[in-house]
Amino acid sequence: MGSYLIRRLGLMVLTLCGISVVIFVLLRLVPGNIVDILFDSAGMVNPAEKVKIEQELGLDRPIVVQYVSWIDGLAHGDLGYSYVSEKPALDEILPRIPITARLAGLALVFSVVIGVPFGVISAVRQNTALDYVLRVVSLSGLSMPSFWLGLLILMWFVAQFGSLPIYTNTPGTFWDTLLLYSVPAAAVGFRSSALIMRLTRSSMLEVMRQDYIRTARAKCASERAVNYHHALRNAVLPVVTVIGIEAAFLIGGLIVTETVFNIPGVARFLVEAIRWRDYPIVQNLVMFIAIVVVVVNFLVDMLYAVLDPRIRYS
Amino acid sequence: MASLAERRVDLAREGFWSRTGFLIRRYPLGAAGALIMVVFVLSAAFAPWITEFDPLSTNSRLSLAPPSLEHWMGADFMGRDIYSRIVYGARVSLAVGVGSTALGCAIGVVVGLLSGYLGGWVDLAVQRVSDILQALPLLVLALVMSASLGPSLRNTIIAISIPLIPYAARVIRANTLAVRELAFVEAARAVGMSELRIAVRHVLPNTIAPLIVLATAQLGSAILTEASLSFLGLGVPEPYPSWGRMLSESAAEYVRTAPWLVIFPGLAISLAVFGTNLLGDALRDVLDPRQRA
Repeated sequence: MGSYLIRRLGLMVLTLCGISVVIFVLLRLVPGNIVDILFDSAGMVNPAEKVKIEQELGLDRPIVVQYVSWIDGLAHGDLGYSYVSEKPALDEILPRIPITARLAGLALVFSVVIGVPFGVISAVRQNTALDYVLRVVSLSGLSMPSFWLGLLILMWFVAQFGSLPIYTNTPGTFWDTLLLYSVPAAAVGFRSSALIMRLTRSSMLEVMRQDYIRTARAKCASERAVNYHHALRNAVLPVVTVIGIEAAFLIGGLIVTETVFNIPGVARFLVEAIRWRDYPIVQNLVMFIAIVVVVVNFLVDMLYAVLDPRIRYS
Repeated sequence: MASLAERRVDLAREGFWSRTGFLIRRYPLGAAGALIMVVFVLSAAFAPWITEFDPLSTNSRLSLAPPSLEHWMGADFMGRDIYSRIVYGARVSLAVGVGSTALGCAIGVVVGLLSGYLGGWVDLAVQRVSDILQALPLLVLALVMSASLGPSLRNTIIAISIPLIPYAARVIRANTLAVRELAFVEAARAVGMSELRIAVRHVLPNTIAPLIVLATAQLGSAILTEASLSFLGLGVPEPYPSWGRMLSESAAEYVRTAPWLVIFPGLAISLAVFGTNLLGDALRDVLDPRQRA
């Protein structure tokens, strides 16, 4: 276990280093940086001034030097300055994290609460009309873009209450805030719940074919006890691993959903920064996302080993 | 009643139609998916014949016109017919979906085959690069790539295909590792077949089934990713009518005033992806029974 942990952590660091290189190079592949964009929109071209701004932003240095200075800064907790707002990137990113984290947490809760029970029902009633309906619903959940589901929910709110549940910064009661977050969280979470439901169903079916389930049936355990006491406990284990996939899945959903609901979280901020070619923000945000995904996957693997004593990493 | 195995043997002798009939009865959801995909492909192919209006021509008198007998899905802000734009939009969706899936799978097959067949440091390098690409959500990587390449149809295809490569490479690699240990590969080597020929003639055909299953699933996510990219304004640019961008033009404010601008393009995306998902599930059951749920 010890050596596995060390190797695994080493791989994590290697992956993150690779991502930093890939992102850094990708952003600089194409000619046209923030200075060009600024001058484009301003409509005036003063080469001397352009060179001066490039020097100020450090864009005239060789790409390797720029990369090293970024990584050096990262190690010291200095993420550089946003080109657009000229504030430290850290100050721009940090306050947005809790907003997205709350949204992601709620969406995850939503997806588990909906996904696991319906997955179990679908498996227990395999090949009945109910199973077919649930499977079609979960598949359509996977097929709907979450931004469209978000727009449909907004539409329903307009028809029902005549108002939009759009994010505001004014502090309300706990329940008001929860309601504001729940609507977009449901839009993202529905898609994830479909994923969890499908996994729960197939994992449940897999377990129900095993010998110890037949044994339980043979000793006349009730259908309920077999399904929920014997089968479910083993079937939900693989579902834990989906949470790792979910992390990446949710971030993709959050990017569009935060845009639809106008929520000032990190995911929408990434899109804005990409549009502006705000390199310091984009590269740091993508790094942040990569770290979250890699760490969540690592924790999920460890959790899996703790929950299931049959699994031993070596 | 004949057992499934006997029925399968019978099938080989029966004609195309009775075989199709059997598959439809056995996999009704998959048949529905195939039907949706056929409609989708046909409307992309015959777009000029099934639409009355030009998807690009604007008409200020029709701005935000609600659905009517003539324009039964309504018109957008610039007075363009929504139905025509959706039918022509199928071309964009299909081009990006099929294009990026094919490109991603083609590169993935070569990389995966090399990685599984050569092993050693090639394999190690491929694995680590796959780790890197897979640690980023598909949409995030596609976003950064399409932003850096610039908006165009071709660049959108490239931006979506690169993140798909590691998934295809992993599947092909795993299969290659399994197949190359089998006796017939050893036999081919014994009769003096070259390694390249063994890889292409013997190993590759045996990895086709899981590849088809994977490609169908990826077609859906490629269509969905294109819609998301275009929705965020970083995908397929004007003048192509893209479903995702139709939604971004009409976003939050039209939810109140012109719901038809929101409902129809979203329905088109969902249906197309739903079709690929249904078909993908059925194909998995038919071609790759080990994965059957």
